Parts: sequence; structure tokens; C-alpha cells
Amino acid sequence: MPAIVALLECPIFGVEAVRVPSQYLVELRNVVFAYDATRPVLKGIDMAIPRGRVVAIMGGSGCGKTTTMRLIGGQLKATSGEVIVAGESVSQLDDRALYMLRRRMGMLFQFGALFTDMSVFDNVAFQMREHTDLGPDLINDLVMMKLNAVGLRGAAQLMPSELSGGMARRVALARAIALDPLLMMYDEPFAGLDPISLGVIGQLIRRLNDALGATSIIVTHDVQESLQIVDYIYFVSEGRIVAEGSPEDIRASRDPWVHQFVWAESDGPVPFQFPSAPYRQDLLGAAHA
Amino acid sequence: MNRAVIDLWVGIFVAIGLGALVFLALKVGNLASVSADDSYDLSAKFDNIGGLKIRAPVKSAGVVVGRVSDISFDPANYQAVVVMKVDARFKFPTDTFATINTSGLLGEQYIGFEVGGDPDLLKAGDTIKKTQSAVVLEKLISQFMFNKASESPAPAAAK
Amino acid sequence: MLDAPVRVLRKLGAGVVDRIWRLGFAARFLVAVLMYSGTALRRFQLTVREIYFTGVLSLIIIVVSGLFVGMVLGLQGYDTLQRYGSSEALGVLVSLSLVRELGPVVSGLLFASRAGSAITAEIGLMKTTEQLSAMEMMAVNPIARVVAPRFWAGVISMPLLAALFSALGVFGGYLVGVVLIGVDNGSFWSQMQSAVDFRQDILNGVIKSVVFGAAVSWIAVFEGYDAVPTAEGVSGATTRTVVTSSLAILALDFVLTAFMFRGV
Repeated sequence: MPAIVALLECPIFGVEAVRVPSQYLVELRNVVFAYDATRPVLKGIDMAIPRGRVVAIMGGSGCGKTTTMRLIGGQLKATSGEVIVAGESVSQLDDRALYMLRRRMGMLFQFGALFTDMSVFDNVAFQMREHTDLGPDLINDLVMMKLNAVGLRGAAQLMPSELSGGMARRVALARAIALDPLLMMYDEPFAGLDPISLGVIGQLIRRLNDALGATSIIVTHDVQESLQIVDYIYFVSEGRIVAEGSPEDIRASRDPWVHQFVWAESDGPVPFQFPSAPYRQDLLGAAHA
Repeated sequence: MNRAVIDLWVGIFVAIGLGALVFLALKVGNLASVSADDSYDLSAKFDNIGGLKIRAPVKSAGVVVGRVSDISFDPANYQAVVVMKVDARFKFPTDTFATINTSGLLGEQYIGFEVGGDPDLLKAGDTIKKTQSAVVLEKLISQFMFNKASESPAPAAAK
Repeated sequence: MLDAPVRVLRKLGAGVVDRIWRLGFAARFLVAVLMYSGTALRRFQLTVREIYFTGVLSLIIIVVSGLFVGMVLGLQGYDTLQRYGSSEALGVLVSLSLVRELGPVVSGLLFASRAGSAITAEIGLMKTTEQLSAMEMMAVNPIARVVAPRFWAGVISMPLLAALFSALGVFGGYLVGVVLIGVDNGSFWSQMQSAVDFRQDILNGVIKSVVFGAAVSWIAVFEGYDAVPTAEGVSGATTRTVVTSSLAILALDFVLTAFMFRGV
């Protein structure tokens, strides 16, 4: 109980979080992004993510979904357009303001990205030690609460190398929620997991979101799992949003692109062949050379 | 690896490293004998300094009392001007005699002070009046050969 | 017809521009490291931890090689000096070559291959496994939290390692010269003491080792931070660290020697 009182006194968790005008926590307005001028990765993305929702961004590999997430996290800056998180335009923030904003975000990386030179406990305690002046007892209580939420209280003293892939993902999840973030982002949370761990992570994402009153963005290409837990889905292809809607809409969708993606068909609007010269020409051309 | 063990090892490491530095300074180097801070300058003019170098020792009665700090050429009277830093603990009379000596036959050259009896002491910046130049080995040998050569016919003539 | 020479020139130009661009990038990185050093020095425990990995774990190799280099110097030096009947000068030869040159240079080279490569590999792997990105997303600056402590640990460890190397080298020379061959103990030490100057020789040696430590650490952290985040990228960066910092040590040594020991 003293832990919670102290938490409320801490500026990161308290009143500050509430005074944001818009009903959307994250808004993207006509966002364009390119690493170099010739190959734009995102060609005008519009999104509006309301508070408290779990939203999935789906699409094939290399379609720009991870880039979208990095734009929201401020790791990349939009070439044009606006990314607004909690009322602040991310690309216009200076380093200090960006870091202040990030304290209210949590991110789960694809393979966990746990700090390999620290124990599970220290990993989860990392942000608390870096950003707060909480005493060791309080940190201990908080870390145990977070680990308990992901069911790994018993693994506190293990090193990341001693964990299985699913456990590492859960520890990373506990670490991401360490400071009770406003916005959670998940980069491919289901990649490379066995079906049981996959279900566990999926349920955790939903439950933690509702328990913390956070907003979650999941970048994934795992359709079936996401359809069960999310409120809304954006489909991204070649830098554009091609479809969006609730899971019911998506399941019922007649859109050929969505159909191909949801039912995992190998050919369709997304061609099996990488754009190439006619087959005949490649074969004969090689013979001539 | 817990923190206490790391702290201990880093402590040992730093102690060993500093110990090595102290060993170098005191046992290998000459920090113990002359400290550069507490010294005063004396200068002396020599007709020929031979192979004397900057940092060569200045000795009195065989004990190092200072170091040569600068060597320059005086174009007015074609002499070498040698500036020495002498340990502030040691004072020498004004009629001290500065000579350039060689330690052993092939050893390095140093400045030797032979102390006179004058009650007045040299002050910082003073010039030592009485000096003796380096003995140049080649000159000595040729002198010796010349003498031998002029000597040797004499006994023959006496016969 | 002019195609081939133009292509060669273009390649040369591209190579030079690329190098200079990288050098500029590395310089800006160094400035960033120095700017964000507050954390590394305020929370000194972070740096102490890295001193353990760079300094303490390099102890064995430094001790062993220092001892052997000194012993070899003793043997070879004696062999040459005794032809001129001045075997008592062995102490001078061993100590001067160690404190002025071999101590800082050889321990610098060993440091680059032992600690420098480890720093590059560690930072490179942290980048590859997205640990640095994760840290950034947790609003912790990885340059302040990861890079700066490693840089300062290198700068602090290197002079201590070099001093240890020189001291053990002198001891190795003593073992061979005095204990094994039988050079006079008294003249071994006394000639050494009258020839080695604290300011001119020992202090300059320490300055050299600090400069080498900074150069190696800078190269190591930069290569790690700049590594292409793949297994190949990290291994390439590790190799580059060892090669670049070895060359940097030799080049810097020449420059420093030219300034320090000119006219002596």
C-alpha cells in the first residue's frame, strides 16, 4: 500500500497524464517518411487511436509497420506530416521533451531486447532506478508486482540467457510496464513463440492494457491471434493504409487484399513474384550474356 | 558478478597500478633525489662543453645536487652558457669551481662543483666565474702521442 | 577510352570522401560522449563496473607480457652491451626503453586487442539485439548510460596497465640481468636511477598511455556503436577496432615521441 501512495506522488504517474485535450492518444496526419528521397517507406498514413483501445497495425514484411511504430516512439522523424502523441507533436520535440514523453511510453521489442548483463530483477527495475528516487524496498515491491503480473516472480534472480523465448518476452513486458505507461507499443510480440506462449502473451497484452488503463499498439503479422484481442485493425501495404476496421469487419471483409492476408493465400493482390522483368526475357537474356 | 566482488577487484587493480607507478617514480626514476620545484638557477660559461647534455647531473663531492637545464651559445665571446637547476637545500660559495667531468672512460659527462672558501654564497641567477672545460679525449690522446713521439728519439740519441 | 582511369579516380574519390565522412562522424560521436559523461562520473559505480571488465580482466596478459618483454630486453641488451664492456648500463637500457616506448605502446596494443575488441563486440551486440533502442525508448540515453562509462574506464585503466607493464618489465630485466647473468646489483639500479628522469621519461610515458587509452576507447566505442547490426557487422567492427587502434597507437606514438624527446 505505501508503494501506491508513493507512486501517486511521483510526477510521472500523477495528474500530469490526465490533462490532454483530444480523445485520441495517438494521431498520425498524412505522415510521409523516407530514408532517402527515391524510396519512400510511408506514403501518407492517417491514423487516430483512441485512449484505452488495443489497436493492431498489420501488413506483410517490409510494408512500413515497424517504421510507423518508430515514428510514434520518436526514434525516427517524419519527412512530412504530423505525429501527435498525448497532444504533443513528436517530430518537433527536442531531446529533453522527447525523453519526458518516452517516460510515459512502454515498448516491447521483437525479441525482448532484455539487457543481457543484468538479472531479470534488475531489468525490470532499470527504469525505476534511472528515473525515480524510490528506495530499494519500494523498488523491490514494485518489481515483484510487475513480475507477478506476468507470472514470473520466481524467475527474478535468473539471467536473461537462462530464459526461454516466451519467458524473455514476458520479462520484457514486465519491464515495459514498469512505470505504468500511458501508451504501450508491441513490435511483433508473437514472432517465434510456441502456441502456448503465444496465447499467454496475447492475453497478457489485453489484460494489462485494461488493468493499467493504457492504450496499446501492436505491430504484427499474426492475424488469428490479433483478431481475438484487439479492438481495431489497420492494414498497411506499400506505405499506405489499405483497410481498417474492427475484427468483425475484417473477418467479413470482401476486400481481396484483406482476404488474402487473413486467409494466408500465397497469391492475390500481393503477388507471389517480386516485381521483375518477364520470365522469358531473364532466361534468354542470361543465355545471351 | 556482484557489486562487492567487482569493487574489491577494481580496488586491487587500482592499488597495483598506482604501486607500479610509485615503483617507477622512486626506484627506477630519480624523483626521490631531486625535486624540480625546489631549486634555483646558476649559470656558468665554458670554452668547451664536450658532450654535455641537458639533464646531465650536477655533482658536488660525487653527490647529485642538481641538473643541467639549458645549454646555449654566447656569440659575444664564443663560449657555451650552461644553466643549472640546483637543489635549494644546498648553497655554494661564490668561488666554487665548476668543471665538466666524465664518469669513467666512456660514461656520460656531468658538472662537478669544487667548493672554495669564500664566506659569500651564490644566489639564484648568479654566474660561476671559475670554470674548467671538458676534457676532449681525442685531444688528450693526440697530445699524449705527440709527447711520446717527441720523447722516443731522445733516449736513442743518448745512446 | 578514358573510362578506366575515370573509374579508378572516382573510386579513389569515393573512398576518401567516405573515410573523411566517417572521421567527422566519429569526432561528433566523441563530442557527444564527452557531453554526456556526467552520468558516468556522477554515478561512478557504472564506470567502476567497466574498469573491472577492461582493466582487471586485462591484468593477466599485461603481467605476463611485461615480465617476458623485460626478460628478453635483459638478455638481448646484455648480449650487446657486454661487447662494449658496459653491461652495467643494462638497467638504463631496459628501463628507458620500457618507460618511454615499450610500456605504453605494447600495453596499448594488448589493451586494444583484449579490452577494445570486447567493448566493440559488447556494444555492437547490444545494438544488434535492440538493447540500445530499448534503452532509448525507456528515455535513457545509451551514450550516457552504456558508452561513456566504457570510454572513461578505458581512459582510467590504460595508464595503470602501462605502469604495471613497465614496472614488471624492469623487474624482468632485473631477474635476467642481475639474478641470472650476474650484472652488479648496485650499478644496475644506480645507473638506472641517474639516467631515468621522472618528468622527462616517466611522466611522458604516463601521458602517452593516457592518450593511447583515450584513442583505443574512442575507436572501440565508436566502432561498436556504429556497427552494422548483424553478426557479420559486429565481427567486422571488432576487427576494425583492433586494426585501427593498433595503427593509431603507432602513429600517435611517433607524433608524441617527436614532441616529447626532441633534442634530448
